[in-house]
Amino acid sequence: METFTKVQGVAAPMLAANIDTDVIMPKQFLKGIDRSGLDRGLFHDLRFLADGSLNPDFILNQPPWSKAQFLVVGPNFGCGSSREHAVWGLRQLGIRALIGSSFAGIFFDNCKRNGVLLIELDKEQVSAIGRTVSQASGAELEVDLPAQQIRLADGTSVQFAIDGLRKEALISGLDAIGSTLTLSEAIEQFEAGHFAANPWLE
Amino acid sequence: MQPKTLYDKHIDSHTICKLDDQGHVLLYIDRQVANEYTSPQAFSGLREAGRRVWRPSATLGVVDHVNPTSAVRTAEVADAGGARQVSYFGENCEEFGIELFDILDERQGIEHVVAPEQGYILPGMVIAAGDSHTTTYGALGAFGFGIGTSEIEHLLATQTLVYKKLKSMRVLVRGALGTQVTSKDVIMALIGQIGASGASGYAIEFQGPVIDAMSVEARMTICNMAVEAGARGAFMAPDDKVFAYLAGKPRAPRGALWDAALARWGELYSDPDAHFDLEVELDADTLKPMVTWGTSPDQVQSIDGQIPDPEAEPDLLKRMDMQRALRYMDLQPGTPFSEIPISHAFIGSCTNSRIEDLRMAATILRGRRVASGVRAIIVPGSTMVKRQAEAEGLAQQFIDAGFEWRQSGCSMCLAMNDDVLEPGDRCASSTNRNFEGRQGAGSRTHLMSPVMVVAAAITGKLTDVRDLFAEQED
Repeated sequence: METFTKVQGVAAPMLAANIDTDVIMPKQFLKGIDRSGLDRGLFHDLRFLADGSLNPDFILNQPPWSKAQFLVVGPNFGCGSSREHAVWGLRQLGIRALIGSSFAGIFFDNCKRNGVLLIELDKEQVSAIGRTVSQASGAELEVDLPAQQIRLADGTSVQFAIDGLRKEALISGLDAIGSTLTLSEAIEQFEAGHFAANPWLE
Repeated sequence: MQPKTLYDKHIDSHTICKLDDQGHVLLYIDRQVANEYTSPQAFSGLREAGRRVWRPSATLGVVDHVNPTSAVRTAEVADAGGARQVSYFGENCEEFGIELFDILDERQGIEHVVAPEQGYILPGMVIAAGDSHTTTYGALGAFGFGIGTSEIEHLLATQTLVYKKLKSMRVLVRGALGTQVTSKDVIMALIGQIGASGASGYAIEFQGPVIDAMSVEARMTICNMAVEAGARGAFMAPDDKVFAYLAGKPRAPRGALWDAALARWGELYSDPDAHFDLEVELDADTLKPMVTWGTSPDQVQSIDGQIPDPEAEPDLLKRMDMQRALRYMDLQPGTPFSEIPISHAFIGSCTNSRIEDLRMAATILRGRRVASGVRAIIVPGSTMVKRQAEAEGLAQQFIDAGFEWRQSGCSMCLAMNDDVLEPGDRCASSTNRNFEGRQGAGSRTHLMSPVMVVAAAITGKLTDVRDLFAEQED
């Protein structure tokens, strides 16, 4: 997993509520057995017109946001289907972090496992950042994970909270499975007790 | 001793150890169900790292998302990508020793229909699976939740997940449901009341006389769709109805084990003084059949209403969301729902495709036929449901009325197979999501209960099923 420490780049505003994973990664891109080619699928029906050309009205097709590494998003972003393809697609298009007031639960976990930083702020803070980055001159920002700080082009900065385990995993690119397997003995002990108490689960 | 919620009991009894002082624990997962489209990269990951599956018997594989539902069952998947997913899934299950219900298996069906009907899901279990509607299992007193592919890999390799406990919400459903008002209407009304993220960060426990009076299958509809309110798990205390439902199911315990299990399951309820972080109430007495008008499940109203006016919404962002939804749905504010014509009617999905759904839906037919110009499709939730409906004569009633009677699968709920709507099609659907493009790019979905879908199919427009039912009684 790619690590995340300090990243500087353009942020694109996408402030509609409830942007779901069907919109982020439509069904026709879910037919693979690997993770490849999902950059093409990301926001496909919004990014492309029926003839396959780029939709000029879509924010990620307009400079400077076409080079976005961050999205500033509306509430409940990533709701709906569990498809991790949505996060793989975001990552493949170069998105490193999302700033929003709330994220759907499964999407939140999927981001954590793919090195995509989710930053949760108050609605007012998200709106303010959204306004700033909506101006081409204010689109650039820096996210400093160790300092838990977003620095905007206008010189202001915003602190954010993140729990220690997620922060550490993002900074170090943790192998979550390897880490859990160091607890194999505890899992085995738990299973022995669990099946003794609930023998019909064995 | 501190009184506990049902959720506390499930999590505490499955916690292997604490991982930090911020609430993370290593959580033991009793079972998972895997499908062909969210699991391939997880199996590849195991293979690349040289890891084994921790407990192969704890996973059941079911092909459901990409298989065709054409009238005659074959193992052929015309789409090359889907075909590869099915064959790779077969290879993975075989190599890692996981039981698989393949397309031709007589137990095949939608994973969340199949697992309960096999007795694979039992009260007190904690279940995780690579599908958001894993919440369905809450109806059996199990705690189920959806996970992504990386977590599937973690679960396969360790039988655990790194978990942070949710907040708890109690939803008390008071009163009693009226004629033709169903559990689908209860959950749709709740989503309308609290919003598409109203339960985000929460585990919901449903209680109250309406839940008590409901069948187990009706409860599954509620738990299934709780995820559309953002809940990462939704359940109900198991009762005698649940125990009766499970008794004799193929995978349910038998004999002395059944008796031991029953004794244990009787302890699965929230203690009387248990604290919930949020209390919500819903009054069933005034509930009417519900229908969505927008592109989010919380854009919902009762069928006797009309398309709302975004101009009346004071919140700017909400107003813009409404305008965008109405543009996509091609609907005008003020239009009564009963004047909205449909091109398609679909009964299926893990939300509403079980035998009771089909039985109730068939009662609306009474010799009536699908309106001309409407394509009406029924995709039973499992091959067993299909056979049961055929044995009871329901299938013939639907066929005689002009419905297509299909093989089981996820089908047009998410249109990953060849059941896809065209741009501009408008579908009355018993499914769970009305997202843009969900049933096909540019297609429009109105969510409702199965009986409401039948009513719409018969009249060719959105219809209050109670009106049709009243005609029958006259």
